[in-house]
Amino acid sequence: MKKVYIHSAGSVSSQNTFSDEGFLEKVISYMETVIPAIDAPYKEFIPPAAARRMAKGVKMGIAASTAALKEAGLENVDGVITGSGMGCLVDSEKFLRGIIDNQEQHLTPTSFIQSTHNTVGGQIALNIQCKGYNFTYVHGSVSFESALMDAFLQLKNEEATNILVGGVDELGEHTVEVHKLIARIKKDPVPSEDLYTSKSIGAVFGEGAQFFVLSNEKRDSSYAELLGLKTLNTLAKEKVASHAEAFLKEYDIGISDIDLLITGDNGDQDFDGYYDELSKQFPVAIHARYKHLTGEYHTVSSFGFWAALKALKLQLVPAALSGNADKRELKHALLYNQYRGIDHGFTLLRRC
Amino acid sequence: MKRGIAITGMGIISSIGDDVEQNHLALFEGRSGVARVRHIDTILHDSIMVAEVPHDNEELIRRSGLDIENSFSRTTLLGIIAARQAVADAGITSMSSCRTGLISATSVGGMDMTEKYFYTCMKTGGGKKFIESHPAGMSTQQIAEDLGIEEGLVTTISTACSSSANAIMYGARLLKAGLLDRVIVGGADCLSKFTMNGFNSLMILSDEPNSPFDADRKGLNLGEGAAFLVLESEEQVKKDQKKVRAYLKGYGNANDAHHQTASSEFGDGATAAMIKALELAEMKTSEIDYINAHGTATANNDLSEGRAIIRVFDKQVPEFSSTKAFTGHTLAASGSIEAVYAILSMQHGLIYPNLNFKKKMSEFDLVPITSLKERKIDTVLSNSFGFGGNCSSLIFSKQP
Repeated sequence: MKKVYIHSAGSVSSQNTFSDEGFLEKVISYMETVIPAIDAPYKEFIPPAAARRMAKGVKMGIAASTAALKEAGLENVDGVITGSGMGCLVDSEKFLRGIIDNQEQHLTPTSFIQSTHNTVGGQIALNIQCKGYNFTYVHGSVSFESALMDAFLQLKNEEATNILVGGVDELGEHTVEVHKLIARIKKDPVPSEDLYTSKSIGAVFGEGAQFFVLSNEKRDSSYAELLGLKTLNTLAKEKVASHAEAFLKEYDIGISDIDLLITGDNGDQDFDGYYDELSKQFPVAIHARYKHLTGEYHTVSSFGFWAALKALKLQLVPAALSGNADKRELKHALLYNQYRGIDHGFTLLRRC
Repeated sequence: MKRGIAITGMGIISSIGDDVEQNHLALFEGRSGVARVRHIDTILHDSIMVAEVPHDNEELIRRSGLDIENSFSRTTLLGIIAARQAVADAGITSMSSCRTGLISATSVGGMDMTEKYFYTCMKTGGGKKFIESHPAGMSTQQIAEDLGIEEGLVTTISTACSSSANAIMYGARLLKAGLLDRVIVGGADCLSKFTMNGFNSLMILSDEPNSPFDADRKGLNLGEGAAFLVLESEEQVKKDQKKVRAYLKGYGNANDAHHQTASSEFGDGATAAMIKALELAEMKTSEIDYINAHGTATANNDLSEGRAIIRVFDKQVPEFSSTKAFTGHTLAASGSIEAVYAILSMQHGLIYPNLNFKKKMSEFDLVPITSLKERKIDTVLSNSFGFGGNCSSLIFSKQP
């Protein structure tokens, strides 16, 4: 069995993660209930005519994956595995509006073609001419973890050498409206820095794309080693800590070995208790959170993964991510995320 | 693959039957499920044909004893029915007796309800309960809950029309990696105005019953349905002394990297997928007894797939047929529905016919099996190809 490393990390988010050389040194504070991602300079990667037809999710996915390939110094990979909880919402909504508004008449296929969940994965393959394995996972808040798991198993088993893995979700107008209707989106805006103490229900919605090159060949420049991951469809709050401990034990790692704990708190007072249960169990670790910077979306844990990789490589946890960051060696990072009490994901990383 | 992955149970619901036995009977008797649209109010009524599951949602709910107040899309309802059958067929009485996972596949998820309540939801709050049933993953989560899978590995794959073939593939990978002892794999998709109008706008829907591999084929008929298999590890099969229905011997996925929706002229991705599957199965092309083709009856697919089959099998193309003329194209569910048919073919020693075929295509010399044929079948290759250039092949066999 081979070990699995991460060579590169590309991110398009509501922070300046695409262009910024620094690691969340300067962050943008929002006072919104929905935060769009900052556009990357798409025209550097996508011909303008093609870009005009593409929804934001596809463009974000292409930008983030191109950045990841470039950083890894690769033109192609053995496979592309994508996570996307909601798929291509913008084109789905557009085509649906067309059907309803025009009583099923005068429809053009463009938005239908681009509405399938695997559009991003397919477009990336088309762009780099990758004829290998191409899967898209669409399972709520473990969409990205499922994609990671698939790549992890193939690389360990030497079925591939380099795989591009990513998470992408875009905001859709109708989806935002209906999620406001059922209070999944916060009623009132909260300043980013107060998200976790707002004592309100719902989340601030966001969007973004993070892509990574995973490989079973270690390099000096690798960000970290992916030790393992686990997903569970259900988990009681009371059992989160014991499950985390059992998960770590599979890799001979104890609670005190975790230097960095990254949790997916989103400021929803009904569900952040899961993270409180876990962080209590890790009193010594630096505790980092990220959704105040990005908002909530199904594959936002890929931003948490991006942050963990940067932290392990740079040996630094920026103040924007954690209130209790101190100067220490960061060896192991544990990530935990869930959405509304279902689809729980644990990911374990080790410094290279 | 040195030893195949054991398949210990299967379940299905499609336009031609509510369970495995009914599906077999319809295939045996040559009864197609293709007809005019019944349950969806659409202006396409007279211009397309579809293969609907004959029961409406209320009937599906009643038959499965589900709470009438549920928030299930039709995709979930079909999925629950097929998954329950697979679990019962495998003789599973407890989900927690070993590490059990669920890998499902869908392309529309809860689109049927979203399109129904798109504006009313905002105006009157009608259909509000279906909002969170829209995402593809939620249908899987609901199926998992119905089956009683807790703290389990549950996920969803959506790669258009190859989705459930890929779910079968990923389930096998998880068993091989030792992460699960048992996994329920398959997919579900219901008909929707969204897909009917989508494929109609691509101008690939036929107004007549579809005729795969026919020179004068006019396009596909959409269908709906669900099918699931239970895959179990060798140890688990031994422990529970399970009867094994068939084995998954090989699988392969490749990308055509040609066009977002169309297949490449000579089926590069399809060729690569079939070769990968054969390599993993450690089989020679001569060892494949029958191919259940993707065969959607579109001009593009059948030409591209036919050429790919010739590229792989050269002059010894095995007997083949597409069962899409029975079920229509059930999109994400087609891979698992046809996996069930592949297993039935081996169990009964039958090649189910490629209905509606009349005239050989001019581009090559391929003629499918057009009437029910009895013969011993030990191995079946099943193809599933989808948008995004996604190509998958599975190989099933009687022997491990």
